[in-house]
Amino acid sequence: MANLSLRTLTKSYGQTEVLHGIDLDVADGEFVVFVGPSGCGKSTTLRMIAGLEEVTSGEVVIGDRVVNHLEPKERDIAMVFQNYAIYPHMSVKKNIAFGLRSSKMSKSDKEARITEVAGILDMTHLLDRKPAQLSGGQRQRVAIGRAMVRNPAVFLFDEPLSNLDAQLRTQMRLEIKKLHQRVGNTIIFVTHDQVEAMTMADRIVIMKDGHIQQVGTPSEVYHAPANTFVAQFIGAPSMNMLAGTLTKDGVVLASGQTIATQHANGTARSILLGVRPDDLTLEGAGQAIVTGHVAVREPLGAETLIYVKTDAGEIIAKADGRTPPEVGAEVTLSADGTNLHVFDADSGAVLR
Amino acid sequence: MTATDIRASSATLDRSAIVKPRNMGQIVRWLLLFLGGILMVMPIAYMISTSLKWPHEVYNVNLIPEEPTIENYTYVLEDGRFYWWFVNSIIIATITTISNLLFDSLVGYTLCKFRFPGRQIVFIAILSTLMIPTEMLVIPWYLMSQSMGWLDSYWGIMFPGLMTAFGTFLMKQFFESVPDDFIEAARIDGLNELQIWWTVAMPLVKPALAALAIFVFLGNWTAFLWPLIVTNSVEMYTIPVGLSGFGDEADVAWELIMTGAAISTIPTLVVFLIFQRFIIRGVVMAGLKG
Repeated sequence: MANLSLRTLTKSYGQTEVLHGIDLDVADGEFVVFVGPSGCGKSTTLRMIAGLEEVTSGEVVIGDRVVNHLEPKERDIAMVFQNYAIYPHMSVKKNIAFGLRSSKMSKSDKEARITEVAGILDMTHLLDRKPAQLSGGQRQRVAIGRAMVRNPAVFLFDEPLSNLDAQLRTQMRLEIKKLHQRVGNTIIFVTHDQVEAMTMADRIVIMKDGHIQQVGTPSEVYHAPANTFVAQFIGAPSMNMLAGTLTKDGVVLASGQTIATQHANGTARSILLGVRPDDLTLEGAGQAIVTGHVAVREPLGAETLIYVKTDAGEIIAKADGRTPPEVGAEVTLSADGTNLHVFDADSGAVLR
Repeated sequence: MTATDIRASSATLDRSAIVKPRNMGQIVRWLLLFLGGILMVMPIAYMISTSLKWPHEVYNVNLIPEEPTIENYTYVLEDGRFYWWFVNSIIIATITTISNLLFDSLVGYTLCKFRFPGRQIVFIAILSTLMIPTEMLVIPWYLMSQSMGWLDSYWGIMFPGLMTAFGTFLMKQFFESVPDDFIEAARIDGLNELQIWWTVAMPLVKPALAALAIFVFLGNWTAFLWPLIVTNSVEMYTIPVGLSGFGDEADVAWELIMTGAAISTIPTLVVFLIFQRFIIRGVVMAGLKG
């Protein structure tokens, strides 16, 4: 196990810079998830940590070693790939043992280690099978087993669940989390799925266009997003954004309504008022934010998403699953002042 | 319904599926395939038929010999020359095949999986050699063999074919189907590049290797022009060169040539039967027609 640091890491392909100075410290044993839309640079960053991509400038530090110029095999890392990368011509056992090829362990120690890993991943009965005889989830476990067997300082996961169906993905998510609690190695996990990020991570690194947007615990990035991108990327449905002006009295929405916030400021400026669907209520608790008519309902069982047409645009809110308002009904959406987020309209940065 | 009933009904279904053509189009297709089959089989049948005939009957077109004999086989097999040609052909075809499997796949793998300046130029240069006919190359090859002292030797016969542009192209295309993740996973697992090629990439392109093995083996087994030019002594002939010389200047002993040809098809048949599962898959994957 080891901590990991990225210091002003950049990556360019020819004249095009795709990573613009990434700084990050990952503590020993921490589970960090890189999340962001396609092309944000999360996989590139992971591959630079693995040594599969050259570092244009900056440093990758694992433990106390700068590993920029070390071969992947010398970095004490193991990686699980999106399409598993388990060798179809080898049995499960050989696939797992493959990670120990260059190890100096004795044959009996290797056997013991393989048995131990197979036991942890509950695949002792699959050891003699070929990958073609395994299900998607089992293949993924073999890939994890091959990484685990070496007990690396850092585990790297490159979107390992994206090829699985929804149910299996949920199951594997839990298994990986349990595995981390059991083995305690440092894990860097890349995904484009914010639910995966929220459910698995100790800390989430949200990336966009080669920049880190925010680093924080799932709770921090959800409840205190640093900018409009994070606010809308994390959480489903996305945070509602209402255009308005920040004045000394509070936020004046385009509809003319004034909402008191703790951000009141003497200098008027254009802002976006963010409020999560979860934080909007129909019961009138808190201060009224907007009034409108229900345009669409999406029943989800325990709750129903309602799309409310207002003067300030369409707003999504959550209503009770059993007694949601009818389509066309007039509703007033309210929120607690502490759950309102104010962002600068130009930069998108949060105003605290 | 009992198990016997089920078996009986499924047998009936199978028979009807095989025997009954569904429409006229299918009848025409079958007829064309049948004619194609006849065209393929006839030369082989005629070769075997001729090998079982006495010399005086060779020019009769009948397929069934009037007085079948295995005398030709006895003669050819007891003739020391044929033994040498057979051994020469086996040695040359085997070594050339192994060499192609190794070097074509090494170069193909390198061109496919490594990024280096001039990669495309090298690949195009290799491919462009496919456009040069063998007939144009034999004189330079001969001059080279002569200056190197390779005339009338195994090395002389083999050297032009130890690596081929076609094989390199074929292997490169197949390595494209090996995901880079496999290579990178092996790199992280601590293998060097040669180990990755041998342990990870090569087993994944076995169909291509089998197909290439057959193409190269057959090509060398039946090669005529270059072995004819580079060899002088009868002991160094390969089967095609040797067989062409059966008989004398006045009379070509077709029954002996056909006998030798019939015997010489045995190794290719054996190789084909062993590898056909891989070969058919390989040829399909390569998008080539065998």
